[in-house]
Amino acid sequence: MQPEKFYYDNKIVKQFGIATIVWGIVGMLVGVVIAFQLAYPALSFGIPYTTFGRLRPLHTNAVIFAFVGNAVFAGSYYIFQRVLKTRMFSDTLSKIHLWGWQLIIVVGAISLLLGYTTGKEYAELEWPVDIMITIVWVIFGINMFGTILKRRERHLYVAIWFFIGTWVAVAMLHIVNSFELPFSIFKSYSLYAGVQDALVQWWYGHNAVAFFLTTPFLGLMYYFVPKAAERPVYSYRWSIIHFWALIFIYIWAGPHHLLYTALPEWAQALGTVFSVMLILPSWGGMLNGLFTIRGAWDKVKEDPVLKMFVVALTAYGMATFEGPMLSLKSVNAVSHYTDWTIAHVHVGALGFNGFMIFGMLYWLVPRMWNTTLFSRKMANQHFIIGTIGILVYAVPLYWAGFTQSLMWKKFTDSGQLQYQFIETITSIVPMYILRAIGGTVYLVGALMAVYNLAKTMKKGSFVANEAAEAIPFKLQAMPAVKMHWHSVIERKPVRMLILSLVAVAIGGAIELVPTFMIESNVPSIAAVKPYTPLELQGRDIYVREGCYTCHSQMIRPFRDEEARYGEYSKAGEFVYDHPFQWGSKRTGPDLHREGGKYPDSWHFRHMRDPQEMSPGSLMPTYNWLIENDINIKSTPAKIRAMQTLGVPYPKGFDKIANDDLHRQADSIVAGLQKDKIKVSRDKEIIAIIAYLQRLGTDIKKNQTTSNEVH
Amino acid sequence: MKFTNYLKQIQNVSIYPLISLILFTTIFTIVAIYVFSADKKKMDDQAGIPLQ
Ligand code: HEC
Repeated sequence: MQPEKFYYDNKIVKQFGIATIVWGIVGMLVGVVIAFQLAYPALSFGIPYTTFGRLRPLHTNAVIFAFVGNAVFAGSYYIFQRVLKTRMFSDTLSKIHLWGWQLIIVVGAISLLLGYTTGKEYAELEWPVDIMITIVWVIFGINMFGTILKRRERHLYVAIWFFIGTWVAVAMLHIVNSFELPFSIFKSYSLYAGVQDALVQWWYGHNAVAFFLTTPFLGLMYYFVPKAAERPVYSYRWSIIHFWALIFIYIWAGPHHLLYTALPEWAQALGTVFSVMLILPSWGGMLNGLFTIRGAWDKVKEDPVLKMFVVALTAYGMATFEGPMLSLKSVNAVSHYTDWTIAHVHVGALGFNGFMIFGMLYWLVPRMWNTTLFSRKMANQHFIIGTIGILVYAVPLYWAGFTQSLMWKKFTDSGQLQYQFIETITSIVPMYILRAIGGTVYLVGALMAVYNLAKTMKKGSFVANEAAEAIPFKLQAMPAVKMHWHSVIERKPVRMLILSLVAVAIGGAIELVPTFMIESNVPSIAAVKPYTPLELQGRDIYVREGCYTCHSQMIRPFRDEEARYGEYSKAGEFVYDHPFQWGSKRTGPDLHREGGKYPDSWHFRHMRDPQEMSPGSLMPTYNWLIENDINIKSTPAKIRAMQTLGVPYPKGFDKIANDDLHRQADSIVAGLQKDKIKVSRDKEIIAIIAYLQRLGTDIKKNQTTSNEVH
Repeated sequence: MKFTNYLKQIQNVSIYPLISLILFTTIFTIVAIYVFSADKKKMDDQAGIPLQ
């Protein structure tokens, strides 16, 4: 039998690899900036484009979709070709995928800085970008399945399954969570409101972690760890169980982000149970990787690639042990809304994702450039600096999370809250400074990798098309042993695709369907009314400025939270919230019952200069809201969009909405004037004050009409 | 969080979490049976794919 000659496309791997490094540095740099902003709010520079609320989504999107995304594409394009023994299906599709993704990143970054955001974490990109993502993702899918179909290797190696699972799940999550109604060329409202929106969002958010940050990385692990250790994976059997158990369990665990919120209890319980079960496949996978390396333990001492992989897998193990713990209600009661969550995430992001990527690049670049690593010593130093960076990042944040939570919950003997909110912040600022230093140290390590890799590229010569040969699939003899049913599935990638889809879709549906059925069953609280046009404009400014990155709007039913913020939040209060703004982190206090707490003039002064009203505040100034005019041209379209989504504004209200807006603005302006503040009624600050003063007041005003059972 | 009141109005809502658990257990058992009954040589062959 004549083997066929063909060439692996290394160029696409190189391009995605370089994109990984470039965006990685950008994303981490923004991360370091916002970390310092939290300690020194003046670093927001008083201009919209550089404030925390806009940079934080830029940071998360850049590291998740640009750094990690490009790394997954680089790694998977390398792996597909090798384990399927063929060139990629289409070089053109590879190129469209590459440049399409970079375009998405650039457009996404610019739009986030300009304040175009859906206000849903990790899904902030607006509808035109959502469509671009869908198209590029489909192209990636066609290229991937095309390659699988023209392969010369009968079996699909387990790494490929993880990529198939990733592709299917991300497609589903992205589409379901992005249902939104555009009302202008850049802006839209989420189709879902309140509880539904929160549930869909965290089903998405959680599974973005699962299927964008975890499953593709396990795909990378199952290829690069055996390669670097020069031995097969410790147990192939485990890897099969690992795959099915992981995708099946992950998809259910989303509600653990919403414990103690206004989410149905059974859904919360489901989230907890499946989260705890997740330990098993996660640790199975981690051990499988570590045991593979153990066979080459002598090499770990010298080889920076293996060292990086060992720490990456250990970090994976730590994060996947901690995650289920955080899903227990009693732990979550303490950890939620604090920096504990941020620490947890970064053990995974810096440790697992970051180190897997650097290890992979240190392995790939010398091979594709047909040379050896420029400086092994420097890579080993990077390893040490990176590890120190992770520790200096995470330990202070764990401390900050604990401290702040305990302070929040502390009562004096006479039954008063012991600490003002502001005291709980000022006490953790030193931890924020340490964290920012830890992040900087990690970034220095990453820059060393850039230098080292660039030098390696320079010293070698790039092999754009790597020669290989294999016997064509059709000419290979069928194996003599009787076929097992799972082998049949493995050999039929399309069936594999469908089965994975079924697995994740059932999980998704069972979690979501009852919640949608609730909608029609929730007796809406009669006192809860749609936002006035001015409040709606204010709310959109709140979304635009990313206030949700620091403020929650969800009071949990705890004694301390009710004492601090007021009556706990009810599901029925959010029925007109497209999108929901519950938030996930309280760098500032909860705002759900902010309405009526302070006079308008307080808010005016506070937005202009938070430190003036709350000395020691970490909130940046929003003085441009005093200069900017409200975009009243958009009011009718916004009202109509809300009507389409079922918000009961009277018919024809869109035409008179701006009159209503002006009337309300005039009365706020008049009130401010009494307090010696002169401002015209067209300014954005008026809208945001109107919104803040409305928050949570429907229930305060009129307790008797509430249908909610206490 | 007296959501249960609304949930009572959805027929048989408890079936949902139950379906999840049953489904998961079934799949898990089937995969486990397969994995431990699989041919050793075949597993080794497949594990060796990246190293060829
Ligand atoms: C970097 C994090 C951060 C961002 C972003 C942020 N805030 Fe704050 N906010 C704080 C902190 C910290 C406090 C508590 C200290 C204080 O009163 O300034 C606070 C307090 C407040 C308060 C007073 C709450 C109370 O009851 O005492 C309001 C109102 C408020 N913020 C509104 C906003 C709005 C509106 C936005 C978006 C335009 C926003 N914040 C963005 C951190 C932030």
